[in-house]
This record gives sequence, structure tokens and C-alpha cells, in this order.
Amino acid sequence: MMEFFTTTTLGIALLVTGQALLVIVPLFVALAFLMYGDRKVWAAVQMRRGPNQVGVFGVLQSFADLLKYIVKEVVVPAGADKFVFYLAPMMTFVLALIAWAVIPWNPTWVVADINVAVLYIFAVSSLEVYGVIMGGWASNSKYAFLGSLRSAAQMISYEVSIGLIIIGVIISTGSLNFGDIVAAQDGNYGLFSWYWLPHFPMVILFFVSALAETNRPPFDLPEAESELVAGYQVEYSSTPFLLFMMGELLSVVLMCALISLLFFGGWLSPIPGIPDSILWLIGKMLFFFFMFAMVKAITPRYRYDQLMRLGWKVFLPMSLGWVVLVAFFAQYGAFGGAYARWAIGG
Amino acid sequence: MAVIAFYLIAAVVLVSALSVIMARNPVHSVLWLILAFFSSAGLLVLIGAEFLAMLLVVVYVGAVAVLFLFVVMMLDVDFVELKRGTLRYWPFAVLVGIIFAAEIVLASVIGTADMETNFDASPGAETNAEAIGQVMYTQYLLLFQMAGIILLVAMIGAIVLTLRHRPETKRQNIAKQTSRRRSDAYELKDPTPGQGI
Repeated sequence: MMEFFTTTTLGIALLVTGQALLVIVPLFVALAFLMYGDRKVWAAVQMRRGPNQVGVFGVLQSFADLLKYIVKEVVVPAGADKFVFYLAPMMTFVLALIAWAVIPWNPTWVVADINVAVLYIFAVSSLEVYGVIMGGWASNSKYAFLGSLRSAAQMISYEVSIGLIIIGVIISTGSLNFGDIVAAQDGNYGLFSWYWLPHFPMVILFFVSALAETNRPPFDLPEAESELVAGYQVEYSSTPFLLFMMGELLSVVLMCALISLLFFGGWLSPIPGIPDSILWLIGKMLFFFFMFAMVKAITPRYRYDQLMRLGWKVFLPMSLGWVVLVAFFAQYGAFGGAYARWAIGG
Repeated sequence: MAVIAFYLIAAVVLVSALSVIMARNPVHSVLWLILAFFSSAGLLVLIGAEFLAMLLVVVYVGAVAVLFLFVVMMLDVDFVELKRGTLRYWPFAVLVGIIFAAEIVLASVIGTADMETNFDASPGAETNAEAIGQVMYTQYLLLFQMAGIILLVAMIGAIVLTLRHRPETKRQNIAKQTSRRRSDAYELKDPTPGQGI
């Protein structure tokens, strides 16, 4: 039986499909509750009740929303490029989903254990900008087009600093594989062995860049409703809109997973002696999702020139300087080899 | 299995490359170009050069093609008018095509035996990324740095060409904005009724 799944073409295809479903289905279920949690956190900060009608405490709100999104009519604006108009939300959604293929859940649970996993994530997230540009252009609306132009410039700007921050981690590990990166953070001091300590300022930069990369407040300029109605999404309704929304939320959760894996030890337990487990990873992701929700609730929106200035004149020089610094620290084994985990065999 | 994947991806590359020049809408052309780039990355993965494949996607699809798309969407060029002159240029197009075809044929005739039997995407190392890293900063350091300087010069050149100091443009002075204190921004007055300030 096992031979069928590891040797024949059909068996391998079935196996990979099954593994993909094992990731996707729990992810979708979690997404529904995360959306609810997001709104509840937001409501609590603003002293509102939030969704509280569907199910106990409103926990089933997302499923009611889902039903509504699906049964409503799809409106296509006049003069829209129909093919691209439908392609854009699908692209956003699919790209947000395929990035999960390389996210490991524990040392052995990973759909695709490839050598260039970090680069793959980076490549996929650099493609996500297309959904936004295509959606804005195909809508044949000035608001949507302006929103998409803003968004594209913003996503490209912050990708640069995200890439440089990740390079620092890669230098410290000597590998592009997530499993190796987490294994390098496994030390004798529990949570003080993780990369957040040696790479401290970059953790904050990464978090802020992740906010900008996923178009979350305070950097939600593409959908600044006071200026652009809803940016590139303004002409979308029903299921295409749902795909956009789910794609965005999926990339937010992906960013939570990335922070947990790169800087906070993934599935490693924070206290030596307690066993490592997937639950730690999920717990860390939930914590960072909570942080994303809190930021959304408590920060006012940036002005566009401030956003660009922060990206290019503050984050880029800082992260670039950090890469050089880490390279030196790693080469000369500074701080007891904290920056060169490949050297101490950690 | 790999052969099937190769022909499938190669077919997608050819069809999308053809569509780039056939598409009537220039934005569609760029979208086809993106598909062509992406599928070429797939071909690189098939020969085991996964690092190059990812770089191709990050650089060409994630950055260069986005700029193409920007320019094409923003430019208000009448492309129907442009296409009308296509017939005049076809001899040049054929010439370029013949040169390309000749180069490919030449390369495959000379290099076939070597490529098919001895191809190794990551010579002397476990992964493709390692193999490139080992030679890029040692053996080819000078070329690498020269490429970097050329890019830097091109970047500065582009900025110099497009930089215009127009006196009427309003600019934000961030230092002034962040150094503003509450006492500079407003003051409280207690005007007597009927007097005003």
C-alpha cells in the first residue's frame, strides 16, 4: 500500500493532493473564525459588541457572510475587460494559497520540502501585486485604477525591505529551507535562542513591512475609503470580492506564519523541557494575528508620501545596513556565534 | 513524467510568447509576457536550477513586468495606429527571427552532446544556490561588481534624466512636520465677549 503512494505517478499525485487538502481545509475553517476574531478584537477596542447575532456570541457570522457573498449577483461594470476582471481575484486567491505549500508545521509535516522555500515565498508574494493591478485596471474605473497604482507601488517598496530582512536570517542560518531555519534556532536557552534576540530591530521592521505588504492598516492606502471609495476592489461584488478578501486575509495569516518561523522558533517550545509541537506554531501565529488586529484597531492611516518615505528612506537603509552588519558578525563569530548558527552546528 | 512536464511547459511558453505579439490589447500582451516568464521559470525548475527559477520570478515577473504593465496602462498611445505600420517592418522582423533561429540551431548543434549527457545544475555543491554562491563572489567577483556598477550608473542616469526641479511644486518637509510641537501648532485665547481677538 505504501509503495503505491511513493512509487507510482498516480499514487504520488493522490498523496500530494491529500496533503494539500490537509493544509487547505483546516486553513479555510480557521480563516472563517479568524475573520470573526479580527472583527471582535476591533469591536472590543472601539467598545462595540461586534458580530453577536449568528450562533453563540456570533461565532458563525463568517459562515453567514460566506453564504451572502456566494448567492449575491456578480456585477460587471460597463467597459470592463471581462476576462482580466475575473482573472484578478482568482489570481490573488490562488497565489495566497500556493504559498502555503512550503510552510512546515513541524520537522516532517510539510507539503513541499524544497531547498529554496524562503525564496519561493518571496517570489509568490511578489506576484500578489498582479491581482491588485489587474483588478484595478480591468474595472474601467478611475478610483479602482488609482487604488491599484498606489497599491502596486506600496507592495513593491516594502517587498525590498522584507527581502533584505529575510537575507539577514538566511545569512545566520546558511540555508533557504524553513526546516533548517527553525532547527538553527533550537538552542539550550528556550526562547532566548530564537532569532528575535540577535535580529531584534529587524523583527519590528519585518512586522511593519508585513503590514504594508498585506495592505493592512495603517498602510491600507489602496483602499483608503475616504479618498478612493474602496480602491481596486470598488467594482467587485459577490464571489469575486470574497476571493479578494480571502486572498488578503490568507496573506496576513501567511505573514504571521513567516514571523513565527523566521524569528520566533516555529514549533519550538519557549521553555526548555516542554516538548516542541505544532501547537506552539499555531499559538504563535494566533498571537501575531492578534497583533495585526490590534494594529488595525488602534492606528490612524498614514499619508501616502509618509508611507513611501518610511519604506525607501528609513526601512531600506536600515535593513541594508543590517545585512552588512550580520554578514560581519557571522563571518567573525561575534557574540559567541549567535549570528552564525551554521558554524556552531546549532 | 519529467518529459511530459517539459513539453507541457514548453508549449505554454511558446503559445504565450506568440500571444505577446498577436494580442490586440497591449495590456494583454504584457499579461501573456508574464505567463511566458513564469513558464520559463518552470523549465528552469525541471533542469534542477530552482534558485535561478525563483530569481527569474522575483526579478522579471515581480519587478520588471510590473513596470511594463505600469507603463502600458498609463501611456495613452493609440496602438491601432501603431499597428497599421506593422507591414512596413516585416523584413526587419524576419531578419531578426532568422538570426535568432540560426543562433539557437548553432548552439544546439555544437553543444548538444555536452548538454544532454553532462548537464549539472549545481556543480560541486548540494544545491543550486550554493553552487552559484561559491563562484559568484570568488571566481567571478570582478564581473559581478562590474555588473553592479553598470546597473548603478543606469539607475543614476534614469534619475538624472527625469529629475526636474519645478519651483511651483509643493513638497512636504518631513523634518519640519515631525519637529512641530503643540505649542507651535495652536494657542489658547480667552477673548472677552463682544471684542474678538
